[in-house]
Amino acid sequence: MKRAVFYLMIACVVLWSAGPLLWQFATSLKPDAELTRLPPILPPEPTLDHYRALFTDTTFLRIIANSAIVSSCSTALSLAIGALAAFGLAELNVSAKRFVLLFVLSASMFPPIATVSPLYLIIRGLGLRDTWWALIVTYTSFSLPLSVWIMTNFFRQIPDELYRAARVDGCGPFQAFIRIMLPLAAPGVVTTAILVFIFSWNEFLFALTFTATAKSRTIPVAIALFPGLHEIPWGDIAAASVVVTIPLIILVFAFQRLIIEGLTAGAVKG
Amino acid sequence: MMERENGNRFVMPAVVMLSLVTIYPLLSVLYLSLHRRLPIFDVSKFTRLDNYRFLLTDDRFWNALRNTVYFAATSVTLELLFGLGIALLLNRSFRLKGVVTALVLIPWAVPTVVSARMWEWMYNTDFGILNYLLGMKINWLGSPFWAMNAAVFMDVWKTMPFVVILLLAGLKMIPREIYQAARIDGAGAWPIFMKITLPLLMPVILVVLILRTLDALRIFDAVYVLTGGGPANTTETLSIYAYKVLFQTLQFGYGSTLSVVIFLCIGSLSILYLRLLRAEGSR
Repeated sequence: MKRAVFYLMIACVVLWSAGPLLWQFATSLKPDAELTRLPPILPPEPTLDHYRALFTDTTFLRIIANSAIVSSCSTALSLAIGALAAFGLAELNVSAKRFVLLFVLSASMFPPIATVSPLYLIIRGLGLRDTWWALIVTYTSFSLPLSVWIMTNFFRQIPDELYRAARVDGCGPFQAFIRIMLPLAAPGVVTTAILVFIFSWNEFLFALTFTATAKSRTIPVAIALFPGLHEIPWGDIAAASVVVTIPLIILVFAFQRLIIEGLTAGAVKG
Repeated sequence: MMERENGNRFVMPAVVMLSLVTIYPLLSVLYLSLHRRLPIFDVSKFTRLDNYRFLLTDDRFWNALRNTVYFAATSVTLELLFGLGIALLLNRSFRLKGVVTALVLIPWAVPTVVSARMWEWMYNTDFGILNYLLGMKINWLGSPFWAMNAAVFMDVWKTMPFVVILLLAGLKMIPREIYQAARIDGAGAWPIFMKITLPLLMPVILVVLILRTLDALRIFDAVYVLTGGGPANTTETLSIYAYKVLFQTLQFGYGSTLSVVIFLCIGSLSILYLRLLRAEGSR
């Protein structure tokens, strides 16, 4: 009996978490005429029309490509710059180390709205408005606190002797970093990569401000500004939502443990 | 023993990039906030504290502040209460626990914009599933009373996983022996929760409380996409108001003043958080 109540509660939790997405998925399979009819909740004759509309629309394909390129480049850059800094902070002498760590931590709490207008002015001044670079540089910078923080924790867990041994064997600090330390911190690198990628893929405020056309517009902006002449095209929006959410769901199922570790390390460990 | 090399050059790129997106914008916003700056009309005039004086009498600012505080207070409270409940459930062992945990985590990974549009559709007065299931015709996003609460529910859905994950990590740190000892002494479930779990979990709860409050006070995208701040500015938060002043009416001076105020609110709370972390670390 007690067990039954427990499983009922778990079922409620699952329904609450997954229900809205399932409803969105059902919506994406309904022909336009069905959208304004309830019941039935599930489409009696599911159709892929909305998906077909998306994938034959070159603008939407371009926007997906924009998002993929911006997110991958930001992730790569953030990992490279973040790993270097994390290695320095964990293993080497750094001037004012406490201050640097504090700076990194407080930078993560910066309200984006307070920085968006000066950054907009710089980007416009440099002629980078509506380019991938505007977003790549911004996302790389704003994800650095997370990268540095998580990877510093991982580097610290690696026994010191390994680094010293590499140095005694004649590796320079940089070589020791690349050949010995980085491979050992691989789980930390993967965790960081996933979190930074999700952050960049989902970011909205900067993307809305720095982009103007399909040339550089990313998925969240496109979904927010979905064109509708007379009424909102709910079916197309639902299909687009499903398409951009699927990669994230795959990431969550594949890397659940790493994501949970990363989130916890990013928040609690001092 | 070998002397540690200097690692400044390893840290430098990160520090430079971070300064570029934090220290520089902060100084720039402070500077702009003392000006009347309308780029389209080529107006740029030093006006000392005029913007700040205007802020004090700006009803729309106070309205946005009230909305933001209401949003943060209700959404963080609900997230903590339900999040704690779900964390306690997931802390037991049961079949398919991994799958359930992943499902619970999914709303966190869903893009905020997608979540906003998804809820917008569910809240639809005529064709939304919510009214259908409730058998009612509530104008969720069109009525001043419901719109803000509708935004709160959406945020609770989206960010509760984060709360659950952190609380779950906190629960795992409580040694099992304490529970065993309490059970041998014949303590019931409720006293165990009140006297053992809750006090030992308190440090984590505090961290979650502050982190989530910091996030909720900055809220922009979710509400901006869901309601655009409407109806009649009843869901306009500080960030949304600042964004509209900056990029819709292009008043960079006054918009910067609003940014500075938001920065000060968040900043003071961040200091509290950092103090708390340090107190934790020194224990």
